[in-house]
Amino acid sequence: VKMARLLQFKIAVVSTVLFVVCTNLVCCNNGRRVGDAMDTEFSGFSVPLEHSFEVDDVAKFKVRGALVLKAGREHSVSLTQNQLSEEDRAKLKEVAAVDGLYRIRVPRVFLQADRQTERQMDGYLTAFVRACAMVESHLSDVIALYSDVSGYLIGVSIVTLPGACRGTEVEDEVDLEVFNTTLSIMAPVNAPGPETALFLERMEQETEKKGKNPQEQKSFFAKYWYLILGGAIFLMATNSAQPPAGGEGEQS
Amino acid sequence: MAKLILLCLKFIILSSAVEAVFEDQVGKFDWRQEYVGKVRFSHFDTHVQSSKKVLLATENNVFAALNTRTGELFWRHVDKTGPEGNIDALLQHGQDVVLVVGNGRLLRSWEINVGGLNWEIVLDSGSFQSACLVGQQDNVKHVAVLKKTVISFHYLSNGHQKWIENLPESETVDYQSVYSDGNGEVYALGIVPHSHIAIVAYSVEDGEIIKQMSVEAAWLSNIQASCVVISQGMLTCVDPLTVSLYMLDLHTESQMTQIPLQSLGLEVAPGFHPVLVSTQPNPGRQPLSEFFLQLGPDYYQLLQLNNGQIVTLRDFKPAMLVSFATTGEKTVAAVMSPKNKTASSLNLFSAETGRRLLDTTLIFNMDPYGGKPEKLHVQAFLKKDDSVGYRVMVQTEDHTLTFIQQPGRVMWTREEALSDVVTMEMVDLPLTGTQAELEGEFGKKADGLMSMVLKRLSSQLILLQAWIAHLWKLFYDARKPRSQVKNEVTIENLSRDEFNLQKMMVMVTSSLKRSCTVHPLSFFPVKLFGIDSKTGSILWRHYLDNIPSNAAFKLMVQRTTAHFPHPPQCTLLIKDKDTGLATLHVFNPIFGKKSHVSPPALPQPILQSLMLPLMDQDYAKVLLLVDDQYKVSAFPSTKNVLQQLQEMASSIFFYLVDSTQGRLSGYRLRTDLSTELIWEVVIPAEVQKIVSVKGKRPNEHVHSQGRVMGDRSVLYKYLNPNLLAVVTESTDLHQERSFVGILLIDGVTGRIIHEAVQRKARGPVHVVHSENWVVYEYWSTKSRRNEFSVIELYEGMELYNSTVFSSLDRPHAPQVLQQSYIFPSYISTLEATLTEKGITSRHLLIGLPSGGILSLPKMFLDPRRPEIVSEQSREENLIPYAPELLIRTEWFINYNQTVSRVRGIYTAPSGLESTCLVVAYGLDIYQTRVYPSKQFDVLKDDYDYMLISSVLFALFFATMISKRLAEVKLLNRAWR
Repeated sequence: VKMARLLQFKIAVVSTVLFVVCTNLVCCNNGRRVGDAMDTEFSGFSVPLEHSFEVDDVAKFKVRGALVLKAGREHSVSLTQNQLSEEDRAKLKEVAAVDGLYRIRVPRVFLQADRQTERQMDGYLTAFVRACAMVESHLSDVIALYSDVSGYLIGVSIVTLPGACRGTEVEDEVDLEVFNTTLSIMAPVNAPGPETALFLERMEQETEKKGKNPQEQKSFFAKYWYLILGGAIFLMATNSAQPPAGGEGEQS
Repeated sequence: MAKLILLCLKFIILSSAVEAVFEDQVGKFDWRQEYVGKVRFSHFDTHVQSSKKVLLATENNVFAALNTRTGELFWRHVDKTGPEGNIDALLQHGQDVVLVVGNGRLLRSWEINVGGLNWEIVLDSGSFQSACLVGQQDNVKHVAVLKKTVISFHYLSNGHQKWIENLPESETVDYQSVYSDGNGEVYALGIVPHSHIAIVAYSVEDGEIIKQMSVEAAWLSNIQASCVVISQGMLTCVDPLTVSLYMLDLHTESQMTQIPLQSLGLEVAPGFHPVLVSTQPNPGRQPLSEFFLQLGPDYYQLLQLNNGQIVTLRDFKPAMLVSFATTGEKTVAAVMSPKNKTASSLNLFSAETGRRLLDTTLIFNMDPYGGKPEKLHVQAFLKKDDSVGYRVMVQTEDHTLTFIQQPGRVMWTREEALSDVVTMEMVDLPLTGTQAELEGEFGKKADGLMSMVLKRLSSQLILLQAWIAHLWKLFYDARKPRSQVKNEVTIENLSRDEFNLQKMMVMVTSSLKRSCTVHPLSFFPVKLFGIDSKTGSILWRHYLDNIPSNAAFKLMVQRTTAHFPHPPQCTLLIKDKDTGLATLHVFNPIFGKKSHVSPPALPQPILQSLMLPLMDQDYAKVLLLVDDQYKVSAFPSTKNVLQQLQEMASSIFFYLVDSTQGRLSGYRLRTDLSTELIWEVVIPAEVQKIVSVKGKRPNEHVHSQGRVMGDRSVLYKYLNPNLLAVVTESTDLHQERSFVGILLIDGVTGRIIHEAVQRKARGPVHVVHSENWVVYEYWSTKSRRNEFSVIELYEGMELYNSTVFSSLDRPHAPQVLQQSYIFPSYISTLEATLTEKGITSRHLLIGLPSGGILSLPKMFLDPRRPEIVSEQSREENLIPYAPELLIRTEWFINYNQTVSRVRGIYTAPSGLESTCLVVAYGLDIYQTRVYPSKQFDVLKDDYDYMLISSVLFALFFATMISKRLAEVKLLNRAWR
């Protein structure tokens, strides 16, 4: 076994507006032996990440690496994974050529449980990506794990960057050796309720503003005295002008 | 210029709110039909000779009065759904009707002329058994209500309780029936099954027990099913085992006397439980001594009790239904017997003698696409010459009421099945014959120049002929007075209008929901209807029998009317929920006829069905059915289709939902029509359960790819056609811990796009998913109110791949915006408007429990509504955020046309971009059009054609004249 100790830390801070809560320190560790990863760190525990890529598309999952999950208020996850062997590289290219699938799976686990026996549940969560996309992106993939409110892992997803299959040949075998994985674990965000408090505050501010503005404070008469006065004068003028005119008409 | 027009148009669209209906537009574009449901009790109003009322109490908890001349409703009272509003008994006396409601919870008296409530009283608790009117010397003043443990006695005039008595030994005796014949006593009849009958006689005056006796009857298990009281208080029962009648005089303490049916020369059909039918025309008098004994499915015998002896009067074989009716002092029996395959005849017989009355034959033509007659409701009346005449209301298995007059004239028909619409579709009407002829010319394959020319000439001739016929009709009609010209819609003259505003509504009805109250062996009527959307008239109906009792339905349009000469084709998938076995019913949605295309037999349970946009050579869309072995079968499955499927297999994905385990899984089709599992998401069912999964509608178009922001940049929408909105509810219903979960999952890759939790919330959740948004409504347990929430997805300021959307190649997660609002009412159902091209702004149609249908502009549900107004948000026409959504009365699209118990709203685009067709269904059906951005593509009704054309003409002549003048002037100048 090759013992290349390549430590590569990558911190990705995803800063979309709503994912603030669920972004995590992401960390991946390439090239370490799986056996090493099995010893768990403080309160963390590890589960295997398996992958499968076959020419006939019948899934045969093999261990790709180990995920170390840490439960807490914000879950965190790290990954240690092997390099692809020569045989696997050839197979992956072959699968890509026939437009096969590259699948991954993780076992269902319950993050909040204290004991190992309670964590494991039967069944797996699976996801896939086109094998050609995996090859063309030089094994740079983004894996996300999703947990629900109570800490059960409910889903996994994998995408590659770039995601498209353009049919470009990957010449260099070395490009397919090491996974370049961005990993994250997401918990559900809290959906907002109606924002009554802020709205009421704003309303109050507005009324206060209105109260401070002396223009708005004036009474109806104070505001429109000139219009009322003008109207009154106009009425008076027309009234006084009318009778003499009528009188003249009668006289003539 | 084009920009200006676009801006103008945009302004119109954005600034528009729904306009209310003008008074003169009422009923012009909309119609409502009111239904009552399957009839349980009916009573003809007989207290006035000329009355035209029939009172109905139905399984849908509706109490109504119909006009017997027209079949229209006089009035209707809709009670609560479920057992609380269940009508247990209907008793009519004079102008009043007494109802027992909600398993004996309420006693109500109604005035039948206007349908007003006289009084209502709450009865003591206890399950209801029976009720009857009690009279003395023809004077009916009381009503007796028998419950499990008590009998109570009430005044008819005000409902006050006269007395209430506990029933003796009510722990062991099962009291089932109450009887009175006007002699000052009320009998409660109870039974200890397979042991004895217990009879308690109470005094009408004070409820004192006059006598109490028990009679051996080891063979009897149910009084109501096998006993009736005839003549002077003779309790008559029939026992199918010993094939004999048992009689007991209630007034004298004695043994039951057994009369073997054989001694009367009667035989029971093997395996048939005989039934007795008696009548008590007046509650203050004794029942008649004549009664019917049903001995077989189509065999009735009229018997009479004469001086303690049973005499046979007449046998009716074959007879489908019998019924007694009384008018004045005369009681007659109406008997329906089959005549031939499509018709049956009704006759009246004198009840006393069994003799047939002259001239009383009535022919009832049965609908070949309807159900069998189930019940007769006879209205008898005395003619001028003192002979008995009658009309009859026939109730069939498919919940149809047909009212017939002699000699067989159908006065009206009511399709009460339409009160239980399960699902519906709208189908375009076909082109007219002539248009179709022209279309057909292009549709057929070319074969030689000469034949093509001939074909063209012949079609031109047909056009000419049609035109002349049309002219002739115009000329002919013009001479007739206007009132005689009728434009009745029939199946023959159905054709598409200019703007495709008139469509065929295909409705599937089934009353499966109340299956808990119905006998498990009874089957459930499923009836299909074709209704013209413009007038609401029923154009065809088709009754399906042999439907499993617990079925789910999915209606799909496989071929539209656009592919002449191929007929349009709809497929109804009927799936038994228990076994998963499914059947297909393929039919023509325009004529309702079963298609000659034979659907495939489906021996395996079906998990999922999906319509592909693929078409076979006959332009029928391909329906894929996935069975429990995850094998896929196609319908139609021609060679062409299979070949196409093989080519497309790697891009056909589908998903399955198992809500009991919380498992969502994605599959991909393989070339050999098997499938492979490609993704799995498991939501633990112990924490939350999946309540609904909503995709987008396949016929939805989105016109604009993005939204123009205040600073002229574009925010692109995330328009993923494969996106699913999955709604979950927590299993923990405690108000602090309950929540509603929303997951947005890509249906192809299984990638969770967004996961949100609405805390302290509870269902029922209503969801609409369209374009780039999801709107859902829930109950907030913390604030005790209904709230709306909207999620919108955006790709950001630039598109990843602007030409095509592929779920497999969209690595970046979209931006998610969400906002919530308070809504001041409960809602029954939620749907979004849909238009042809998606240019028109969207509205949400909300069915309220009050019967209103609210059209709420989507722009009020926009997560980009700013809390603080800025210049940019004003530029963008965003409404400042307000936490409450108001219900404005002008937003009700159905003004005062209340739609009772609305269960669903269906929307369909029309040929006009501005117009969306809406059908709301529940107990009633309401059809209307909505214009979410006003009618920007239609001229107004009061558009002044005269003015504009006169101005045009004037301008035209002015230019002509001035041109001429200018010429003259030029000429003159040249001469100078």
